[in-house]
Amino acid sequence: MIIVETRPALSLRIYIHLPFTILLALPIFLALSSGFVVVGVYLERKISAFIQDRLGPMEVGKWGLLQLFADLLKLLQKEDIVPAAADRKLFLLAPSVIFASVFAGFAVMPLTPDLQGSATAVGVFYLMAIVSFDVVGILMAGWGSNNKYSLLGAMRSVAQIVSYEIPLGLTILCVVMICQSLNLQEISFQQGIYTYEPNYLFGIRALGIDVTDWGGIFSWNILRNPFLLIAYVIFFIATLAEANRAPFDLPEGESEIVAGFNTEYSGMRFALLFLSEYAMMLLVAFLGAILFLGSWNTPLPNIGPVRLADWTSGSPGTVWGNLTGAFWLLTKALAAIMVQMWVRWTLPRLRVDQLMFLCWKVLTPIGIVLLLISGVWRLLMI
Amino acid sequence: MLNLIFYAFAALTLGGSLAVLITRNVMYSAFFLLLSLIGVAALFVLASADLLAVAQVMIYVGGVLVLVIFGVMLTHKPKPETTTGPQAARPNYILTQHRAWLWPLLVAAGLFTAFYSLISRIHFSLFEHRAPFQTSVDTIGKQLMTEYIIPFEIAGILLLAALVGATYLSSQGDRTNNQ
Amino acid sequence: MNASYLPSDYLPVLIQLGLALGFIITTMIVTHSIGPKRKSQKKDDPFECGIPVEGDARTPISIKYFLIAILFVLFDVEVIFLYPWAVNFKGLGVTGFIEMVLFMGLLLAGFYYIIRKGVLKWE
Repeated sequence: MIIVETRPALSLRIYIHLPFTILLALPIFLALSSGFVVVGVYLERKISAFIQDRLGPMEVGKWGLLQLFADLLKLLQKEDIVPAAADRKLFLLAPSVIFASVFAGFAVMPLTPDLQGSATAVGVFYLMAIVSFDVVGILMAGWGSNNKYSLLGAMRSVAQIVSYEIPLGLTILCVVMICQSLNLQEISFQQGIYTYEPNYLFGIRALGIDVTDWGGIFSWNILRNPFLLIAYVIFFIATLAEANRAPFDLPEGESEIVAGFNTEYSGMRFALLFLSEYAMMLLVAFLGAILFLGSWNTPLPNIGPVRLADWTSGSPGTVWGNLTGAFWLLTKALAAIMVQMWVRWTLPRLRVDQLMFLCWKVLTPIGIVLLLISGVWRLLMI
Repeated sequence: MLNLIFYAFAALTLGGSLAVLITRNVMYSAFFLLLSLIGVAALFVLASADLLAVAQVMIYVGGVLVLVIFGVMLTHKPKPETTTGPQAARPNYILTQHRAWLWPLLVAAGLFTAFYSLISRIHFSLFEHRAPFQTSVDTIGKQLMTEYIIPFEIAGILLLAALVGATYLSSQGDRTNNQ
Repeated sequence: MNASYLPSDYLPVLIQLGLALGFIITTMIVTHSIGPKRKSQKKDDPFECGIPVEGDARTPISIKYFLIAILFVLFDVEVIFLYPWAVNFKGLGVTGFIEMVLFMGLLLAGFYYIIRKGVLKWE
């Protein structure tokens, strides 16, 4: 622990201490988010193959398990081409900005009751700011490429991301209202048996059914306020758009604008953009699981003497607690990602006007109504 | 340590702003603005205003900066000689034609004096409390809804006026576009 | 939970950024040292589906995008105002709720206005 004297006028003593858990959490997250891309790309290929009645990659390794490593190795030894017409500096910088901003988002994620990078009190808010950096990176890529497809793709992408940030912010606001906190770890603790304050069925104390001891799915946010289930659906749709995923993948609609802002990128810089896209998917899947689906808490409730919740989640601070916490959170996030992929291969791409209609005239009004309902619900919860 | 971080981010802010002023390429100035905005956000964090830091990034980086870049793209008319022929394959830049320095200097100096005198005279209640670092979310939320409710609602009206103004401007733009 | 915070809470963000940058720099060094470097005029042309490049990509954009950005800034400010309120909702109670409904009423009035004006009509 380092003790530092700050500006004498304020004479504050600042303690800079880095708990061991933070040092542990960050490399885990970097490894996890890069490692996830490996799993994610393989999953995406296999799921799409399954949906289209194909086999998917089968050649490299058993069942094509090593396919992505082969791909990355290939990309690593490819030439890094900069088009003559490109704005060289912006073009080279853009993938790094996008990659770094998405990965910085993982710094506030709680993985288990004890493992969290930054325990900032404004964690949820911080994640929305991360998206802003992503937008600037995309604009940089589109402008820097000086290619028609890139610029069109970047403009579409930016318009889409900033538009869907409004319903996204509104649905997150509903959760913040119920939890009364912006701290992701605090929101996590509230949704399980290790909560600090009692939970009631559907959050309403007047019903008189104390579910603090039940835990499990009964203390998740989607059941503390059933309307949050609708909010989660909106959140999910909005995050699909934030991550440029189908059916909102107009920015890279290959039938019209080749690959959008990725068009001119090759080799490892393309790989960076690719990695950030999958990291973004993981980030929003985590966020959804933490905000709505009980974070690292078990879905199984205690039913009388059958202590399912106690058995499947260790108490915070123990190794078992951290293992089960990580297991549940990762399971939930992966499930959300599977749905993201399922959606991609099921729904056709939207048109720009449909996209904007959905965002401004459907999701935003519903978001505002849900916010008001959440307010009333919170008043009932007191 | 903390002082060092403070000076590093102050340098980042100042360096970013200087680069915004010095570079002739409008797009580069927009992206240098990003640097100084990050620096300001970090300074806010060091000044125990975490909510403000994040809000600043959300509004200025995600909103205003994008708006500035869109504005440049919207108003930029490429010169005819660069749009055809072999020159099209070369990078082209949007360069600012604006080289006057007297008026900007006067405006900047005026603003600086105004803000400096304001800040040196203002009475900050938090200065006396010597409060430890604390998240500002709770304080801001409570004060906003009690003590500062009138300015808050006025801000709402201001935003409404801005919405109406934006609508008006864009409908004008539409009409000229459709001609 | 205690509400105090330290600037060092944000240190992990810096570390994470550093790790990401380290990853980028390492892979860039590797890819530049093992990757080929062959220049040719055709290869360095902007991609245009195989036909010769016509004109410049940097043409003026549609005003619609600009408008979306303006709307986003305004709505973003409103949403940011809502966050500190939502966090303290329990403490502020019914009074706070009514005050915020008033604030949101203004927002909704503006929203209704822009929809009626057909600003959000995208052909």
